Amino acid sequence: MPRKVCVIGAGMTLFRRRMLETPKELAFEATRMALESAGIERKEVDTVVAGSAPDAFDGVHMKGEYLLDGSGGYARPYSRVFVGGATGVYTPIAAWWHVASGLSDVCLAVAEEKMSPLQPHPQYAFWSIFDHTIERPLGVTLLWIFALEMRRYMHAYNIKEEEIALVSVKNKANALDHPCAQLGAKITVEDVMKSEKMVWPVKRLDVSPTSDGAAAVVLASEEFAKRLTKDPVYVAGCGWNIDSTYWTNRDLSYPQYLENAARMAYKQAGIKNPRKEIDFAEVYDPFDYKELHHMEGLQFAKKGEAPKMTASGMTQRNGEFPINPSGGLLGVGNPIAAAGMMKVCEVYFQLTNQAGKRQVKKEVHTGLAQAWGDLMQYSSVLILRRN
Amino acid sequence: MSERVKFFPGREVSAEAFQSGSVLLTEYSTDLKYSWASGVAISKFLNELKNGKIVGRKCNRCDRILVPPRMFCEECFRLTDSWIYTKDTGTVNTYSIAYVGTDASRLKEPLYIAVINIDGASPGMGFLHLLNEIKSEKEIKVGMKVRAVWKEQSERTGSILDIKYFKPL
Ligand SMILES: [Zn+2]
Repeated sequence: MPRKVCVIGAGMTLFRRRMLETPKELAFEATRMALESAGIERKEVDTVVAGSAPDAFDGVHMKGEYLLDGSGGYARPYSRVFVGGATGVYTPIAAWWHVASGLSDVCLAVAEEKMSPLQPHPQYAFWSIFDHTIERPLGVTLLWIFALEMRRYMHAYNIKEEEIALVSVKNKANALDHPCAQLGAKITVEDVMKSEKMVWPVKRLDVSPTSDGAAAVVLASEEFAKRLTKDPVYVAGCGWNIDSTYWTNRDLSYPQYLENAARMAYKQAGIKNPRKEIDFAEVYDPFDYKELHHMEGLQFAKKGEAPKMTASGMTQRNGEFPINPSGGLLGVGNPIAAAGMMKVCEVYFQLTNQAGKRQVKKEVHTGLAQAWGDLMQYSSVLILRRN
Repeated sequence: MSERVKFFPGREVSAEAFQSGSVLLTEYSTDLKYSWASGVAISKFLNELKNGKIVGRKCNRCDRILVPPRMFCEECFRLTDSWIYTKDTGTVNTYSIAYVGTDASRLKEPLYIAVINIDGASPGMGFLHLLNEIKSEKEIKVGMKVRAVWKEQSERTGSILDIKYFKPL
C-alpha cells in the first residue's frame, strides 16, 4: 500500500509572453514561493522532480541539469521528467511516488518553461516533433494536428464552432481575476468567430498564447503535513496513459488514453461517479475544443455532450460544476509544463480557500487537474481532496 | 492569496523593450544538419511510392493491414508478416485549411491538409497529406473520396512528396 501523500504548498510566477528572468531564476521564484507557502525551508526537502517541455524553445540542451539550482535540487536525488504538454501534471505525479513509496518525506515538484527565446516564433520548434520522413516534408506545423483533431471532433458529434468558442469566452473572463494571467479578457463568441483564421477551424482566439513562467508544489507525507496543519490536502489519485504514436491511425474524435488515465486515478481515489464526486476541475485547454474533448475523456460528459454542458452555464466558475476557474491556458497563459502545474496550484488554492476572487462559490472538497501532450496522445490526471 | 505569500514574482519584458534592444539579449543561431535513415518499413514504403504504389504491412494475428507500414505490430507486439499493396484512393478522415506556415508566418495561398484513410488498408488506417484541385472550400468534406495525384515517374525520388496531393474522385 502506498503511503498517504499531501500537498503542503504551491507557488507560481507571472505568466507573460516574455520574461526578464532566466529559466532557472523563474524556477527559483516559483519554488521559493511554494516553500514559503508551505512554511518550510529547502533543508527539509528530501527529493526534487523538475518538469520542462521540449528543449528547443530555450536552445538549452539538458534542461533538467540547467534548471537544477533554481529548482532546489542541488545535492539531492533529483531528476527531470518529460511527457510533452502533459509534463505539468505528470511532474507532481512523479513527486507523489517519491513520497508514497516511503523514499522521501518531502518532495518538491517544479515546472518551468520559457518559450520566448526562439525566433521568430516559438511555433517553429514544434516542427521537430513530427515524423522526419513522412510528415515533415509536407510542411507540417503543430497547429495542423490540432485543427485536424478539432475538425474530426466537430464532425463526429455535429458540433458548431460557436459552441466551442464559448470555452474561450469563459476562460479568458475567469482569467481576469488571476493575478498571474497573460490574456484575461472580456470577449464574445463573435470576437472568436471573427478572429484571424490560423488553420481552420482553429482561429486566433481558439488558441492559448505562447508564454514564459514557472510553477511549483510541495508534496509531503501525511505525518509531515499534519505537523503543519490539522486539515491537509491529500493526493487522492493519479493516472497517466498514452496512445500510439501513429496518430493518423487513431480515432481523433475521442481521447481514449485520457479515459484510461482518468479511470486509473478514479480507482485509486475510490470515485465511481466523477461528475458527482468531483467538485470542480482544471482540465487542459491549450485550445478551446480541448476543454470539451477532455471533459468527455474524463467522463464528466457523455461523448459529444460537453458543448451542451458548457452552453448551460454549468461549467462557469459559479456554476454547478466549475471547469477551469483559474482561467486556464486560454486565459492565464501556456508556458507548457508550468501551465499544467498552474492547474495543480489552482486546485490546491481552491481547496485551501486561497483563490481570492477566483474562489468558486460552492464548498469544494475534491478537485482534479489534467494535462495533455506528446503527439496529442498523453494524459496525466491528479486528484486532490480535503476532508 | 495565501497568508504567507502576498505577491506573485516575475518581471515582464514588453514587446517594445524587446524590439528596441533596451533589454540585454544574447543572440545566437545554429544550422544543425541531420541525415535520417528511413528505417526498414518506411524505406520499402518510399521505394514503392517511387513505383507509384502504396504499400502496407499485414499482421496475421490481429489481421490488420497497417498504413503507414511498420515491421512490428504495436498491438500484438510481434513482427508483422507480409507486404500488402493498397489502392491509391481513400477517404478524407478529417481536414483543415492552413493559413500559417511552419514558423507561424502567413501563407500567400492556404494549404488544404487531410488525414486520408487508404482504401485496401484496415479501417482508420491512413496518413497525412495535402488536398488540391479543389474548386471551392465548401467542396471539402469529411468522408470525401479522393485519389493520389503522382509526380511524373522521372521526377519521383522515393519521398512522401512523390504523391503531389490527393484530389476529389
Ligand atoms: Zn497485430
